This record gives sequence, structure tokens and C-alpha cells, in this order.
Amino acid sequence: MRVTVDPDKCCGAGQCVLVAPEVFDQRDEDGIVVLLDAAPPADRHEAVREAAAICPAAAIEVDA
Amino acid sequence: MTTTSAEAPQPLPVQPPPGCPFDPPEGLGRLRLEEPLSRISLPDGSRAWLATRYADVRAILGDRRFSSDTTSPGYPRSGMTGGAPVDGAARGFIRMDPPDHTRLRRMVTRDFMVKRVEALRPTLQRITDELCDAMAATDPAEHPVDLVEALALPLPSLAISLLLGVPYDDHELFQRLTGTLLSREKSEEERRTARAELVAYLDALVRAKRERPGDDILSRLATEQQDAGELGHEDVVAFAALLLIAGHETTANMIGLSALTLMLDPETAGRLRDDPSLIRGATEELLRFHSIIRNGPRRAATEDVEVGGRLIRAGEGVVVAVPAANRDGATFEDPDRLDVCRPNAQHHVAFGYGIHQCLGQALARAELQVVIGTLLRLFPTMRPAVPLDEIPFRTDMAIHGCHALPVTW
Ligand code: HEM
Ligand code: SF4
Repeated sequence: MRVTVDPDKCCGAGQCVLVAPEVFDQRDEDGIVVLLDAAPPADRHEAVREAAAICPAAAIEVDA
Repeated sequence: MTTTSAEAPQPLPVQPPPGCPFDPPEGLGRLRLEEPLSRISLPDGSRAWLATRYADVRAILGDRRFSSDTTSPGYPRSGMTGGAPVDGAARGFIRMDPPDHTRLRRMVTRDFMVKRVEALRPTLQRITDELCDAMAATDPAEHPVDLVEALALPLPSLAISLLLGVPYDDHELFQRLTGTLLSREKSEEERRTARAELVAYLDALVRAKRERPGDDILSRLATEQQDAGELGHEDVVAFAALLLIAGHETTANMIGLSALTLMLDPETAGRLRDDPSLIRGATEELLRFHSIIRNGPRRAATEDVEVGGRLIRAGEGVVVAVPAANRDGATFEDPDRLDVCRPNAQHHVAFGYGIHQCLGQALARAELQVVIGTLLRLFPTMRPAVPLDEIPFRTDMAIHGCHALPVTW
């Protein structure tokens, strides 16, 4: 799985951080998404897909 | 306006069916089935679209061709509460579009981000414990306690006051004013006066912060941003008004309704008490189930956009029905059942969707989780002190909840 985030789209709602804290975080200076792990292990795929599904700004893309 | 039907369309449904205070406003369910994008008439006689299906609500709120700017042509302003019909910077970024919305929201996003809120959790717990201790010290057999006054309102009020740097001693003033602002039964005139009073209060407060800054959001905005020339004094006052109004009645009402729901459902309460790890999911389900925002969100189409098979034309207004979307059976199985283990509860749109999705959602969630856990632990026998039909529900307000919640234990 490849994950990408688009910080320009992100509105910092933090839903991704709640769902997959090992993969997403928020920048200290402005609260915008930071990707911690662009190729997360299999046991995190479901959480990452959930994060992409509920991200209000469609800022998370998941490949495969 | 494009559609002209012989009869004037219905107003926005706002009242739950008699005797069913936890149901969505009556009529929304039928509309979702029969006419998911329907026409409604607003109090001033103007028309707007009403979206009731989950998919359509997400499509509208997630599409930037729908404007949040109350000055956009066709924006459905009539019947809005919150003192909305103001122009200029004073309307706050909730009623703006990018790029202004993006620029302003990003100035305060970090203050509400997940890890900031997690760091605040011990403080939220301490405030909750103190409020609960004060309740426990009274004799409910003698005087039932009003849970709204004793806990549901003070916690979010204290929390947002602390973050913003608003002296809590002034809370009676701003609680009265925000109460007026959010009431559907007050006239537009009364709401305007309340808004002016609140702005005057915050105006003086922001000036005081510039003189003697503290460690809080308003001080930072008043000094750093204003000095960097990014924000004017008026902008900072608008931030204060938006965060104060948005940040306290909403959570207060969710706390009241959540506590009441669990008191009336001892089996679910017992499950959460035995396994507090379920509280997080339960909070999402309670947000979905109660969907307290009843008067919007609202948007104006800036281009012709097709949604759910209907063409919404540029310059037409849209009202989104959160309670209907969150009870849509196409997304939520057995939608009218409160299921604290519902796997997709967090897909709810109780905080909206798109770039305006609630900025304070992590804070609201943490407050709810702390209160639910603490009440279950400290007051296992808490119950309403009056029958359900004597609890005053806020059917007159833009935010659903109860005005008072007398409890005993
Ligand atoms: C359970 C409690 C809450 C609910 C149900 C709620 C609901 C909402 C909803 C539906 C919106 C979207 C409005 C739109 O799209 O036009 C919103 C926006 C907003 N909320 Fe909340 N809210 C809650 C608590 C809070 C708290 C605690 C704060 C704290 C500051 C807050 C601050 C805001 C702000 C600033 C916005 C505007 C965001 C923007 O326009 O970008 N809310 N809220
Ligand atoms: S859920 Fe989406 S909008 Fe929210 S912080 Fe994550 S990437 Fe940003």
C-alpha cells in the first residue's frame, strides 16, 4: 500500500490521526497533516482506508 | 428561482414527532425516501433546496462550488441563527470561502489539533471531577440537580474560556448572549442586539489582551498576527465570537443528550461501565444518533451543479439536513438504533463535511468521552428526576438538546 497526502487540501480536522495515529500526525506549527508512514504494514491498511474514507477534505489517497 | 410549483413548499422540518425527542425532525425521513432533494420555503418567503440523503449531503459539503459565504448570491440567510446576517470580517471564517477561509482557519488549527487536545485531557478530567464533586456534595433527594447547569454547560464553557483566554467570571454574560443568538424564537432584531453586545464585550477583551497578553489563543492572535499585519482588530474579535459561540452550546447539548440517553438505556450504560474502551466508539454513535445541528449547514451554489439527479443552479441556496443524513439506511444499517459498537459510526456528518468540517471536533469528542466515563463511574444510579415528557427539550433552538435536565441518584 502506498499512501499520499495533500497538505494543501487538508483542513486539519484530525480524523486521520484519530483513526490511524501510527500513519498520520499533524504539524506543530499549523495542525496540517503529516504522513508518518507512506508504506504502512498490512495490519494498518484497514485503518488507513478508513482514514481516507472519512477525511473531510479528500486529502488522503491510497494506492491498492 | 427555477422551480415554480403551484403550492408554496413546506418550511424546514425542525420538530421531532410528539413524544419522541430523540427522533430526527418529523418529515425528514419521508423526504429522504421520496424527494431527497426537495424545495423548502424559508421564513422570509424565499426558497432553498433541502438535502436529506447522506451521499448528497457529503457531495454538497465536499464540493467547493457550494459557497459558505453568506454574501454569495442566493445564500439562504433567512431563518439562520447565530447572528448570521453580518457582512465583512465580522462574520467569521465559518461563513467564508477559500482563500480567506483557508488563511484564517489555519491560524487556529493547531490549537484544536488532536495532540493539543490530548494534552488538555487531564485538565478536562480535573474540571469534570470538580463539577462532579460539587454535585455529589448535594442531596438530590432534597433538590434534584440540573445536569445542564451543573455539568453539561460549565465544562465546555470553562474549556473554551481557558483556551481563548476569556475570564470565566463573565460566563453568565456570554451564555445569555449565545443563548439568544442560537434561539429560533428570538427576532432577528433581538439576535442583532445580542450579537452587538457580545462583539462590544469581546472588543474590549481583545484590547485588554493586546495590553497584557496571556498564554491563550486571543492573546496570540491579538499580538503576533496583528503585529505581523495579517489580522486586523476586527478579525481577532470575529475569531473570538466564532470560537466562543461554536465551542460551547454545541458540546453542552451533546453532553446533556448523551447522559440522558445512557440513563434511559441501563444495558448500554452497563456495557460502557464494564468496558470503558467502548466509550470512544459510543461517542461517535451518540454524535450520529443525536445530530444536534438542526438549522444547516447552508450553502449557495456558485455554478450549476448536479446532485442526486437534480440540477442545482448557480445562485440557488441549499440547506443540508444533518439528522436525515445520519439516519440514512443506505449508509448506516438499522439507522434508528443506537448501537455503540457500530463499525462505521465515525462516518457521520454530525461535524459537517468538507473544508468547513468542525474545527473543534477533537475537543468536543474529548469532552464527551471524559464526561461519559466519569458519570458512569461516579454516578452509576443517576436517573432523570422527572418523566421524559417533562424534560424541556430545545425544540425552539437551532441546536437540539435540553434546556434543563433534572437528575437524581
Ligand atoms: C458536539 C459538538 C459540536 C458539533 C456537533 C459541531 C458541529 C459543527 C458543524 C456541523 C460545523 C460545520 C459548519 C458548516 O459546514 O458550515 C462546525 C464548524 C465549526 N465548529 Fe463545531 N461543533 C461542535 C463543537 C465545537 C467546538 C467545541 C468548537 C470549538 C472551538 C467548535 C468550533 C467550530 C468552528 C470554528 C467551526 C467552523 C469551521 C470552518 O468553517 O472551517 N465546534 N461545527
Ligand atoms: S483527516 Fe484529512 S483533513 Fe483531517 S487532518 Fe487528516 S488529512 Fe487533514
